[in-house]
Amino acid sequence: MDATTEHEPIRADISTTVERKSERELVVSRTINAPARVVFDAWTKPELFERWWAPKSFPISLLSCELDVRVGGRYRLVFGYEGSTVEFFGTYLEVTPRSRLVWTNDEGDAGPVTTVTFEETGGKTLVVATDLYPSKEALDVAIASGSTGMSGMPEALEQLDELLLSLDDSAGG
Amino acid sequence: MVQYMSGQLDASFAALSDATRRGVLERLGRADASITDLADAFQMTLTGMRKHVRVLERAALVTTEKIGRVRTCRLGPRRLVEEVGWMEEYRLLWDARFDVLDTVVEELKRKEKVDGRDNGA
Repeated sequence: MDATTEHEPIRADISTTVERKSERELVVSRTINAPARVVFDAWTKPELFERWWAPKSFPISLLSCELDVRVGGRYRLVFGYEGSTVEFFGTYLEVTPRSRLVWTNDEGDAGPVTTVTFEETGGKTLVVATDLYPSKEALDVAIASGSTGMSGMPEALEQLDELLLSLDDSAGG
Repeated sequence: MVQYMSGQLDASFAALSDATRRGVLERLGRADASITDLADAFQMTLTGMRKHVRVLERAALVTTEKIGRVRTCRLGPRRLVEEVGWMEEYRLLWDARFDVLDTVVEELKRKEKVDGRDNGA
């Protein structure tokens, strides 16, 4: 297993980073202050997972959460949003305790395969979640539709638009 | 990545600070066009329009392709401004998730400690 470790430095800070690593890959990472064993539990035990996957600050709530965490096992998450429900489901392709999870996202046509790695150093765990889409277009569409996020086209975008406009005004044409 | 992003943003801001270039983007949003088409539409010289297109190209807002003697312009790989905005929204979502995960694992660690003491006793 160690042979596959990439030569990337462990990030010391705890800030969450998001990077479009390639045309087809979106990577999220964060260091969690706990051993990999504990973090892995939080990702694989439904009663723990459901507590953090849809935090209270989200416009959606997690109504049910079934995780059959073994190779070939299925998961199903049901969210409530403005009176209707949305389901997310797929299959676990790889389950390596304390180090790696891989699952499919089958609710859409061109969903990504999600790989999560847990890398422990000095009692802290670097979590790296990679969504690999079947094509560049699939990721472009996910971004454009906001489907990977939770709430359609984001407020942040409007704010950025306003910023662009105000910069434009102050530049005096 | 952050530096890459802010560099790209600077280029986007610079590109969008000009009325002609915004007009070009708007027009390309409707259909691809050659430099000649654009120069005609905005009543400019070819050289002038080429300069504007180059600025938009550097900001990744427009791509161009030369086929034969005609250079065709189209909107860039992905409207970068949208992508940057979306990425930040997506990051905030995960940040909120991880913040709760932090408290969950803290609780698990405390519980383990207590259980460990109980078992050891």
